Amino acid sequence: MARGNNNTNSIGLTKTDYRGKDTTLCAGCGHISIGSQIITTAFELGLQPEKIIKISGIGCSSKSPAYFLSRSFAFNALHGRMPSVASGAMLANRHLIAIGISGDGDTGSIGLGQFKHAMRRNTPMVYIVENNGVYGLTKGQFSATADEGQELKYYGTNELPPMDLCLEAIVSDCGFVARSFAGDPKQVRPLLKAAISYNGTALLDIVSPCVAFNNAADSTKGYDWARDNDTPLHDISYIPLHEEITADYEPGTTSSVTLHDGSSIILRKVDENYDPTSRTTALRTLEDAKEKNMLLTGLLYYNPRRASLVESERLTDTALSHLSETELRPSEESLKTIMTNL
Amino acid sequence: MVIADPLTENIGSEQKRNGKVINDFSILVATPNGSGSQTSNLVLLRALFKMGVPSSGKNLFPSNIQGMPTWYSIRCCQDGYVSWRERAEIAVLMNPATAPDDIAKIQPGGVCLYPESAVNELTRGDLNYYPMPTKQLSKEAPVSASMRPYIANMVYVGVLAHVLGIEITEIEAALRWQFSNRDKLVQLNLSVITAAEEWASQNLTKTDPYVVERSSATEGLMMIDGNSAAALGAIYGGMTVMSWYPITPSTSLADKLSHYAKDLRRSDTGKNTYAIVQAEDELAAIGMVIGAGWAGARAMTATSGPGISLMSEFAGFGYYAEIPAVIWDIQRVGPSTGLPTRVSQGDVTACYWSGHGDTEHVCLLPGNPAECFEFGWRAFDIAERLQTPVFVLSDLDLGMNNWMTTPFDYPEEPLDRGKVLTAKDVSSNGFHRYLDVDDDGIPYRTLPGNEQNGSAYFTRGSGHNADAMYSEDPKDYLENMKRLKKKLNTAQAYLPQPVTVLEHNADIGFIGFGSTDPAITEARDLLAAEGLASSYLRLRALPASTSITNFVNTHNRVYVIELNVDGQLHKVIRLQLPNLNTQLLSLAYCDGQPLTANWITKSVLDKEAEENGTRKQ
Repeated sequence: MARGNNNTNSIGLTKTDYRGKDTTLCAGCGHISIGSQIITTAFELGLQPEKIIKISGIGCSSKSPAYFLSRSFAFNALHGRMPSVASGAMLANRHLIAIGISGDGDTGSIGLGQFKHAMRRNTPMVYIVENNGVYGLTKGQFSATADEGQELKYYGTNELPPMDLCLEAIVSDCGFVARSFAGDPKQVRPLLKAAISYNGTALLDIVSPCVAFNNAADSTKGYDWARDNDTPLHDISYIPLHEEITADYEPGTTSSVTLHDGSSIILRKVDENYDPTSRTTALRTLEDAKEKNMLLTGLLYYNPRRASLVESERLTDTALSHLSETELRPSEESLKTIMTNL
Repeated sequence: MVIADPLTENIGSEQKRNGKVINDFSILVATPNGSGSQTSNLVLLRALFKMGVPSSGKNLFPSNIQGMPTWYSIRCCQDGYVSWRERAEIAVLMNPATAPDDIAKIQPGGVCLYPESAVNELTRGDLNYYPMPTKQLSKEAPVSASMRPYIANMVYVGVLAHVLGIEITEIEAALRWQFSNRDKLVQLNLSVITAAEEWASQNLTKTDPYVVERSSATEGLMMIDGNSAAALGAIYGGMTVMSWYPITPSTSLADKLSHYAKDLRRSDTGKNTYAIVQAEDELAAIGMVIGAGWAGARAMTATSGPGISLMSEFAGFGYYAEIPAVIWDIQRVGPSTGLPTRVSQGDVTACYWSGHGDTEHVCLLPGNPAECFEFGWRAFDIAERLQTPVFVLSDLDLGMNNWMTTPFDYPEEPLDRGKVLTAKDVSSNGFHRYLDVDDDGIPYRTLPGNEQNGSAYFTRGSGHNADAMYSEDPKDYLENMKRLKKKLNTAQAYLPQPVTVLEHNADIGFIGFGSTDPAITEARDLLAAEGLASSYLRLRALPASTSITNFVNTHNRVYVIELNVDGQLHKVIRLQLPNLNTQLLSLAYCDGQPLTANWITKSVLDKEAEENGTRKQ
């Protein structure tokens, strides 16, 4: 949370230090709202902007890193290839904070392999899918998350079933799977904070309506439907490390999850208790929600037990990018020894 | 085009002394693959090499795990010519399926060893036939029945040791080396070898002239494959991130990297100072390399033709966005199935112009294991200095086969990390990512995590201005493209220059690169013996050094010799030297086997006869 005077955070920066360029996205685009939650999150957590890398693929979603965190490094990569670039960068410098920005086309179609394998490797990164069910930048083709039977102006009827990226993530052993709605910043923000604190790949599948091509009243990726059917699993609060929990919760109504860096999230039940640490519950709940035509949001699945890519590679604490010559080049003697045996 | 006919005799004269041919022959071992013959062949090769006889071994293998025909060819030559030859003086026929063809590949008066139990058509009357009791001797070995076919391959090692006079002590030393001193395995195999040698000494009458004599011709040399040398080079070059996807013939480079790095690249705390990641495909492998290079790693991948295709989008991106990366291409015949385990230099244009848009990549062209080692470390220096992907084009022959080599020179120069600005640099001088500050086309970069406000920038492909801002301004695009070409000119100062041998009275010259070097070198001597002198320029990098202009200019005709069908390097050089096109002729050939001195010699003689208007007989 903001400390010091009212305008600066814990490292003495103002919110302006986290802003981006003026957006060129369409007015009302869900991505704009997600971008502003990223700005607020980074500001409130007091992250050093230059330590953040924004990696994206191709599409409207992947353009959006230009519109937040201008003081951070950015890499607008190739279509569907954001996860591999982020993985490489995190191997090079394990102390960076990676925010991956992708879309439903970038992730669900051309990048599905990289999406799943980044999770399998557990690359430390926040993986945000700005999910609008349509290819915006190429003007309105169906994406892999488009509703079955949906009608679009030029492309007719979508005959294929939608892909549920959260389901895909859970079966790929992603240890942090959340769904949210760009129109619900109060939920997006704590999820973002928790995702940044997670030690591994944290997926945020955020319904982010495309006002130009997919905002019809019956589209599950449009504002109206999402607002009417948004069903939070729980209310989420993020508690940074060393900060006291001040709110009073009624006994039995909350559960808390402690994250890798010592921060925690408090999940307050809405209707029923939901245990996000059970994979089978998560899968069943998502299937139920699909049948009931609900937009189920919140932290769907959480598993802190997997080693991250940096850990499984047993990397030295110093970033590989910053090792000295003596650490990088073995001695002349060692080469001679090897050659004696050739 | 001259077709390399395996039934044409090897040219060059055998030197006989007292009726003996000493240290000058090829051995062809024909086996079904998966039968474990590789150990026997490597033991033979190493024993010969350690006896001081210049030798090479070529594994001609199919894309298969078990059962298909495979050949191993060892060439010994006191004079140091070790390029592969179409025919062998000595053949070991362990594969009945190919025996009739294999017999036809034996030089007249040569030797044919065969398992006595196998029914072979011993049709030629001009050969020396030696049967081997492989079944009987492997039955007597203390191994299970399932291991017998494997141990049977040690029988021909023993028989050859007797026939040629290979020292058993060197064979034992080679076994120790091969089995990493595991005593039980060494003794087991050695017992079969000595039993076979014993049997041969009592039962075979030597009727052929071929013998091995201890020599000092390999003194100071080592034997290693190019992929192992490349892996070592990368480790001594400070490789920090390697991402790859299995593909023959590059896989062993990644394997050797893991093998050596685990001992050589541990930190004081026992952690790794590198990461090696097997990716889900080549798209991800190069993606990780580009991401890592961008963030300050010395990042590399190793692949082959099909992988190069998949990596081309990122390679082009890396060229435009100016990201260091090292891509080893161990070339093979492509595409897809058919000849994936056969050698070719067929990716020259695919790598040189990899990517869409106007790209032209720096390519290094190692011609022996010592250069694989040197370019292994130097490629990182060049990539970081120039901030661009660097391709290193090896091939299956150089990468997977054992070559003699001079010892590797430990790098004398410190690592060149290129133009990287620290936080202090940025705070005192500011930062313009793509500005040509030094007028050499190479801009400055910062690494993610640089804490100075103003150090960060936005990386994207084609559309950016000098401050890395998004731009579709035609002027910005053109300026950038112009600067990238300027950078390529600057590159020459950092690239390995050609190795040139000038013959002052030569009308003709050869330009070659990579694994064809031994064949070209031998062909030059064979041609000289025919009265045809030639100069030779071995190219070691693209874009080609400007010194090739002078080389071409000083000869009437220059043949560009390469192991592909289209003459890819020839095309590249012609584009670079448009005014000298009539002097540049292509000698390109590829049938999946290494290029031979035989083929080069005959092709040059043919072409020269055409040029001179009179066909030689």
